[in-house]
Amino acid sequence: MAAESATGADRGALARIRGRLEGPNTVGNSTGFWIGFAVAVLALVAYPLVGNGESFSLFLVLALLGLSLSLVWGYSGVLSFGQVVFFGVGGYTFGVVSINLPDPTGITAAALTGVVVGGITAALLGYFMFYGGVRDVYVTIITLVSTMVLQTFMAQTAGSEWTIGEAALGGFNGMPAIPLLELGITGVVSYQFVFNTLELFVPGLGTVEVDPFYYLALAALVAAYLGLRVLVNSDFGRVMVAVREDQDRTQMFGYDVKRVKLLTFTVGGALAALSGVLYAARNVYIDPQVFALWFATLPVIWVSVGGRKSLLGAVIATIGIEYFRLSVQGEMALVVLGALLLVFILALPGGIVPWIAGKISGSAVPVSELDDADAPAEVSES
Amino acid sequence: MVNGLNLAFQFLDSFAFVVLAAAGLAIIFGIMGVINLAHGEFILVGAYATTFAVTAAGLPLPVAMVVGSLVTALFGIAVERTIISGFVPNWIGQRTVGRDLIEPLYDRLADSMVATFGLSLVMVQSARILFGNSIETVGTPFGNVAYGEFSYSTYRLVLAGVSILVLVAAYYVFTRTTFGTRVRATMADEQTAKALGVDTERTYMLTFGIGSGLAGLTGALFAPVLSMQPTLGDQFLIEAFVAVVVGGPSVVLGTALSGGVLGAVSATVTNLTDSTTFGRIALLLAAMLALRFLPGGITGFIERVRSRRQEGE
Repeated sequence: MAAESATGADRGALARIRGRLEGPNTVGNSTGFWIGFAVAVLALVAYPLVGNGESFSLFLVLALLGLSLSLVWGYSGVLSFGQVVFFGVGGYTFGVVSINLPDPTGITAAALTGVVVGGITAALLGYFMFYGGVRDVYVTIITLVSTMVLQTFMAQTAGSEWTIGEAALGGFNGMPAIPLLELGITGVVSYQFVFNTLELFVPGLGTVEVDPFYYLALAALVAAYLGLRVLVNSDFGRVMVAVREDQDRTQMFGYDVKRVKLLTFTVGGALAALSGVLYAARNVYIDPQVFALWFATLPVIWVSVGGRKSLLGAVIATIGIEYFRLSVQGEMALVVLGALLLVFILALPGGIVPWIAGKISGSAVPVSELDDADAPAEVSES
Repeated sequence: MVNGLNLAFQFLDSFAFVVLAAAGLAIIFGIMGVINLAHGEFILVGAYATTFAVTAAGLPLPVAMVVGSLVTALFGIAVERTIISGFVPNWIGQRTVGRDLIEPLYDRLADSMVATFGLSLVMVQSARILFGNSIETVGTPFGNVAYGEFSYSTYRLVLAGVSILVLVAAYYVFTRTTFGTRVRATMADEQTAKALGVDTERTYMLTFGIGSGLAGLTGALFAPVLSMQPTLGDQFLIEAFVAVVVGGPSVVLGTALSGGVLGAVSATVTNLTDSTTFGRIALLLAAMLALRFLPGGITGFIERVRSRRQEGE
């Protein structure tokens, strides 16, 4: 990351890595940004020493969900309310498989299955929509409706006929007693990440106990962020942005717009499912509220406030808004949150992070270019 | 026979619910291109205003319903001026810092959605703080229609009748009056409409007011049959969006048709499975299939068939 300190042969490798991570599609392409990024990651690594890592890990998990929407909406222009569908499907799949196979190999397989099933669900829904010629606001409504279908359906699965192997879906009350997340291979090597303490020796502080799940979530988040940066700055990422800006023109240039949207939607779905798996594992519980309208709206809010065309914005806004939402108690909390959303979206339509990036870099990314309307919105004539 | 009547009543019920839920949204979303996630809360305003007009002011129910609709319409105009068009903040901005503070939310689907979601959070929570978790309900008027061993609330039949009246009135206003023509001109091309002398600011404001008033009317009409709690608007929101989008570009006619189709699906499945849950799931799945196979909605499909036939001649 700190490219200047590299010497000799290292410089070539680091510059290559940096070249992959940087491009016009992400904010933060300067050495200063990477220094700040390293400081922020180190601060997050050190956070459990001073704060409560066990509750903070929720925000890191949800930031993955925010990232998945930023990819799908911010980069390929598909406004989806369905990220929570894949989130919930991933979580429920993880629960069902791990309850049936409650040993480390089974739980590891359950986590992978959750991600894969979430990705497949996204691919099926995406194929249904994009290859059927569904566009713009209709995609948004179909994803919203699919969320509501799952919520309505899962809420009535209370009866004993809704049992998969050992796992009862539990209807409105949800699925409790998901096995503790223990990754590895049974009998060979495995490690339990939730409800466990990791003893670390920190110079100056002595031995401290931290939550290993926090570091699992942090590692997943940093890896997902850097991975998506590589993706959106690759050639494929450029095509994604072209699709966002003008579908018809991109098609004229000979790109397969449907395929690009389907692939992006699938990757976004798998990422949302990973978030869902970690969410279910962290809470050892999942219920149909993950498909509820208010929850489906949250990712859209995080990404709008942070700046939908910025991956970093999604992460920062998710952590910030969720931290605020869960830490401010009392009856005025929701009023303040609602008012903040109103003010932010009206005053900074492009989002906070692109605005700050524009301020810092002078005029490298003019804000006026970021807040243009995202989709042709003509819905009606009469 | 009795089962057939049951099915007919269920159909009328679903039809009235879908159409009334969608009525205000058809105008605000369908015509103005503003995704109003606070639509349910506009219905809440209408329902609460009506209930208070009866319980606190002692007005007879029909008068209270008119009051509820008007209150919601005025509330909608206030929202339009401050948030959607940004007129009030920009007026203040011009006086204090000498520039506009915000841009209007027309045709900015995602931004209007986030803004109205914020508004909906504020409204639900304010209702909870001001009036508690529930308020007293007014009784359902008119009693029941009895047939065989079943009976059915007459009021629900009245709702079905009113929903048809609302559609006819909206259709008339937006297609047969000068005001309706101005509205459609403004929405189709604001610049040109302005150049031709239409006061577009005023048109936006009034259209939003009418949409809000219709949402308020829905709340007023459902006030006697719902439990009065701050989250009562939630149950309307999804069906409203679905009906408007499935209806397609000709919003009023489209809402009527999609209300018919979706109402029929929901009533049939509810009747077959004896479960309103599966009725709702069927309604939503039917909407997804409709959007997939009729990308322009029902009226878009009719339009296509018509133009193809004309070409054939």
